[in-house]
Amino acid sequence: MFDQTPLRERLGPSGYTTSQFRDNFRLHVAAERVYDCLQCLQQACGFDMLIDLSAVDYLDYPGAKDRFGVIYALLNTRSGQRVYVKTAVNEPELRLPSAVSLWKGADWMEREVYDMFGIEFTGHPDLRRILLPDEFTGFPLRKDYPLRGRGERHNFPVITRAES
Amino acid sequence: MALGLPENLFLTRLDAAANWARTNSLWPMPFATACCGIELMATAASRHDLARFGAEVMRFSPRQCDLLIVAGRVVMKMLPVLQRIWLQMPEPKWCMSMGACACSGGVFDTYAVVQGVDRFIPVDMYVPGCPPRPEQLLRAVIDLQDKIRQTGTLNGKEFRTRTRPEGPRPLESDEVRRIREALG
Repeated sequence: MFDQTPLRERLGPSGYTTSQFRDNFRLHVAAERVYDCLQCLQQACGFDMLIDLSAVDYLDYPGAKDRFGVIYALLNTRSGQRVYVKTAVNEPELRLPSAVSLWKGADWMEREVYDMFGIEFTGHPDLRRILLPDEFTGFPLRKDYPLRGRGERHNFPVITRAES
Repeated sequence: MALGLPENLFLTRLDAAANWARTNSLWPMPFATACCGIELMATAASRHDLARFGAEVMRFSPRQCDLLIVAGRVVMKMLPVLQRIWLQMPEPKWCMSMGACACSGGVFDTYAVVQGVDRFIPVDMYVPGCPPRPEQLLRAVIDLQDKIRQTGTLNGKEFRTRTRPEGPRPLESDEVRRIREALG
């Protein structure tokens, strides 16, 4: 646990909720306050490292209210404290403020989340696909994307022996 | 000698002479993308010694090679690269699909993994296994040498007859059905 006073001042007492599982401490923030929260954690609470930035598709998940969850894993390298910031986005507004201005490391991770889930990060310097080819359509880690794809893996010219 | 040839002369067909030269100096292009690549390296290393069959000169430029060994899974982003490498290799050339993934996609039946490279490039020899042991790869090299010896021609006219795609059709009927279902 870390000192949450700066966070409470910034977001207000009802601006966020917390939960805990064993030593895994989470902050739940609304999507429109997530940048404030991250900025405060970085500047006032000393979380100087973004460990991971990922997303989850909660389609058909029992008891889930939101479609996508986005998770920021932060580390304070001086004290060793860790915190997980969780937020939720829903269609059609799949948009979050970019954290690249806070941690440079967010660059590729936000591109990966965009690549796999189609969540856009406004203010990202170069938001394009990172793993899949540029011409790929669809977002494969969404639960409504079929495992075997939509024929992308078969969309190539066939070279016969006579013509090569 | 019945023909009255002088000593140190023998008669043969040009095809056989070319095949003899080609079989005993295959230069592999290792296209190693996964664990099959490790077995490929082991095959070339001292214990199994691919050099015994004249195929030890691994070149990393396709322009110097005549045997493409696709060792490992090929994803859809890599396939254009593989096709380009194949097209860059000079004639005569052969292709070996090594391991379950290169032959059929293996356990990776997902949107990104090509379900067998023979769908998109011609393949002469398939090596089963996950990954195949070096002995299997050696056996495949020996079999390929046999194939070249039996079917090879000086001007490569046996290649010109292979005008049809040899692998499974790019879109099987069940694949088409799956895509239609996915699109709703």
